[in-house]
Amino acid sequence: MKFLAYLVSGISLGSIYAIIALGYTMVYGIAKMLNFAHGDVIMVGGYISFLAATNLGLPALLSVLVAMVFCTVLGIVIEGLAYRPLRSAPSLAVLITAIGVSYFLQNAALLIFGANPKAYTPVVSGTLKLFDGQLSISYVSIVTVVCCIVIMLALTAFTGKTKMGKAMRACSEDKGAAQLMGINVNRTISLTFAIGSALAAVAGALLCSFSPTLMPTTGSMPGIKAFTAAVFGGIGSIPGAFIGGILLGVIEALGRAYISTQLSNSIVFAVLIIILLVRPAGLLGKRTQEKV
Amino acid sequence: MSDSKKRRPGLESVSPVVPVQTTYYVPERDVDKSPILQCINLGISFGGLKAVEDFNLTLGRTEIAGLIGPNGAGKTTIFNLLTKVYQPTHGTILLDGKDTANMSTAQVNRAGIARTFQNIRLFHNQTVADNVLIGLHNEMNYGMLGGILRLPGYWRAEKIARQRAMEYLALFHLDQHADELAGSLPYGAQRRLEIARALATNPSLLLLDEPAAGMNPSETAELMENIVKIRDTFHIAILLIEHDMSLVMNICEGIAVLNFGRLIAKGNADAIRNDPTVVEAYLGRKGAKES
Amino acid sequence: MNMKRYLKDARSDLLTYAGVIIAFLIISTLKSHGALNRSQSGLLVPICCYIVMAVSLNLTVGILGDLSLGHAGFMSVGAFSGVVTAMSLMNVIPSAPARLALAMLVGAVCAAIVGFLVGIPVLRLNGDYLAIVTLAFGEIIKELITCLIVGVDSEGLHVIFNVNGSKTANDLTLLDGGRIIIKGAQGATGTKTIASFTAGFILIMITLVIVQNLIRSRHGRAIMAVRDNRIAADSVGIPVTKYKMMAFVTSASLAGAAGALFGLNYSNLAAAKFDFNTSILVLVFVVLGGLGNIWGSIIATVILYILPEALRGFANYRMLIYAIVLIVVMLTTNNPVLKNYIASLRSKFSKDSEKEASAS
Repeated sequence: MKFLAYLVSGISLGSIYAIIALGYTMVYGIAKMLNFAHGDVIMVGGYISFLAATNLGLPALLSVLVAMVFCTVLGIVIEGLAYRPLRSAPSLAVLITAIGVSYFLQNAALLIFGANPKAYTPVVSGTLKLFDGQLSISYVSIVTVVCCIVIMLALTAFTGKTKMGKAMRACSEDKGAAQLMGINVNRTISLTFAIGSALAAVAGALLCSFSPTLMPTTGSMPGIKAFTAAVFGGIGSIPGAFIGGILLGVIEALGRAYISTQLSNSIVFAVLIIILLVRPAGLLGKRTQEKV
Repeated sequence: MSDSKKRRPGLESVSPVVPVQTTYYVPERDVDKSPILQCINLGISFGGLKAVEDFNLTLGRTEIAGLIGPNGAGKTTIFNLLTKVYQPTHGTILLDGKDTANMSTAQVNRAGIARTFQNIRLFHNQTVADNVLIGLHNEMNYGMLGGILRLPGYWRAEKIARQRAMEYLALFHLDQHADELAGSLPYGAQRRLEIARALATNPSLLLLDEPAAGMNPSETAELMENIVKIRDTFHIAILLIEHDMSLVMNICEGIAVLNFGRLIAKGNADAIRNDPTVVEAYLGRKGAKES
Repeated sequence: MNMKRYLKDARSDLLTYAGVIIAFLIISTLKSHGALNRSQSGLLVPICCYIVMAVSLNLTVGILGDLSLGHAGFMSVGAFSGVVTAMSLMNVIPSAPARLALAMLVGAVCAAIVGFLVGIPVLRLNGDYLAIVTLAFGEIIKELITCLIVGVDSEGLHVIFNVNGSKTANDLTLLDGGRIIIKGAQGATGTKTIASFTAGFILIMITLVIVQNLIRSRHGRAIMAVRDNRIAADSVGIPVTKYKMMAFVTSASLAGAAGALFGLNYSNLAAAKFDFNTSILVLVFVVLGGLGNIWGSIIATVILYILPEALRGFANYRMLIYAIVLIVVMLTTNNPVLKNYIASLRSKFSKDSEKEASAS
């Protein structure tokens, strides 16, 4: 029964990783950059929904919506101001800029909200008791898992069926060719950042409901782990990000429970390394070989 | 690193296990010597697709040979097999009688095969001289510590290497561009530099992948002279892939024709020119009938 | 003859050495005359460490062309192995400089070993996959060191690997007169600080000799060939993995030596100090200084390390300003219009100097 409880907490933690990873994998797929600021957008999402709920007294769902709108705008602004001018620059320049944006968001949050952690009120409260109360599952966990599945299905449908989604895939494959086919590359990339940031906001609210301390650095580790999850599943692949996220969460929860709390991140990263050695393009990724 | 430097001349170096393929034309001067290269039933399949099948080829020590065929016939794939960019799924490659089965690309080079690439692969951000010096890498023998502490061996080897680099460059009229970045050279010069770099590795077999691509007729004519000159100067075998038929017919002593991954003909220029299967491969069945 | 460029290379190497020596002489004169306040002279050793970190990371990122986000991990290995060496040999080797030198050597060797082990899987990957795995290794090293409890007494070293957090320093069962060196998450405590600015200067000089001479040797050219075109490098007989490993391990060992010096500069030092933020800090130095540009790494490290200190007057705004400076510098240096302008200036300048050279 204990195992089941760990498993459930792992799956819901994994669902949060998966939601972030879904956004991350799309952004990476199209912009081909390690967006270190992505984790900090999660943090911003957390703060905005926190403010909307406590200061404006909005209901939980509405506060998350406000955070989504805010982060969408933030994502578009970041992309337009910091990343778009560097589209033809070397990838390291973009990486350093992303690090700059990450520092900026963290320190802006530090100035505005202070270093003290905020006690976040979960978006949904209460727990579901099963097996005569032996196994309790919080409603947050259920909401998280449901959210994650819905988002994954919606994104799959969006990229597979809609015109914008196809444009997105075309851009991630070959920007030049996409442009020749009449696709507005800049707008497509903006849209991708918008979607990724909106997802980050959702993830921020859920993450803070899950572990209710909110600090300016809250987002950075989950951001990195979500990228790990995306690599795990095969970067650019939507089902891959989903599977990668869930697996990561489960490994982390079980590792923490059964092996070592101190080494929980190490266990996650060790599994990542092993997976990349066996399958260098991740679980569901396609390996491309350079033509000679 | 020392395993592969020795070149073994003479007939005794032919592996007794594998019979020598004698069906292929070998220039008279090479007949009494062992072949430099033997491909025996060489093949590779990607998934289910057989890209190259049953490829047999024997090259004389100082032979210039051509590998021709329509686009997608598998010519470059054969180069990639010979240099171990791809591991063959079937067959054997004997270089100077020695099986290359367990060698890596770098080891094959040290054993004596150097190559150029269809889409030029220079070290674009390095100077022309440094490109050749990188080719001379294994010709120098000082260790990492010797390089860092700049022991006498470092200075000696670097001095000789620099001189030799300039000699290779002079051979291809590139010496006055020695300090320029390789990427800034015009196209034809880049192709020549690639050949110079390959020669610097002291090969016994040089593979040229479409050396005349993108060259004008006068450049091609110069290239032809150069190829013969390389053979005469360094006494090495040259196998080249080329679409320029005048080049192939003029300088290649033996020609192998590839279509859909299979050898369809081999022989000297006259034999190939009159071979109906070759004409069919290039012009289609109708063309074959008309000719 | 193509001697001109070699002379130019040799001259720029010598200028780098000269620049470092002059800076050292000026700063030590200032220091001996009491012109530096406590916080200023406290920056000297860390700056030296970070210069070595940046130059060594430049070997991996700039010269080898592989993005490493775990460089602080090697620094950490060097720091803690160096601290353990120096602290446990306190009675055996009374001379502090000798102990420091030995500690740095041990730090370098330990980091080189870890670098080799990490390199086996890492160097099989490319690009961002490689980057994320180096980051992963950096975090793993950090967490593993967090689990270490080390003490020394007359019987020798006592080491506990505290996997589930249940052990404390008392479990070392040290004899009387024993000393605790590393206390788990608290890191090294009670370290006798023997690091000195002179040692930092010597380490920088050694690093420069190693890195600059390596770049100008056949091995360095092979490493750069691998960076520029792996397939072509392979085709001219350069064993790619060997040279990737050579650059990676050299870089790790220099970071280890820097870590040992760093560790012996503080009486208390936690493993959490060497997290990926530190790796990224060093990476920023390298990129802003220019990939493959050794002198640039040194200058960028000095400026960017001092910048937050200089901005102390702005209190809470300083990191915000730092972030903005970072973004603005990246946007302007990569602006195509500005880039062309600088390139045209440079070509004009070099033509002028060529004319001078031919006239003389």
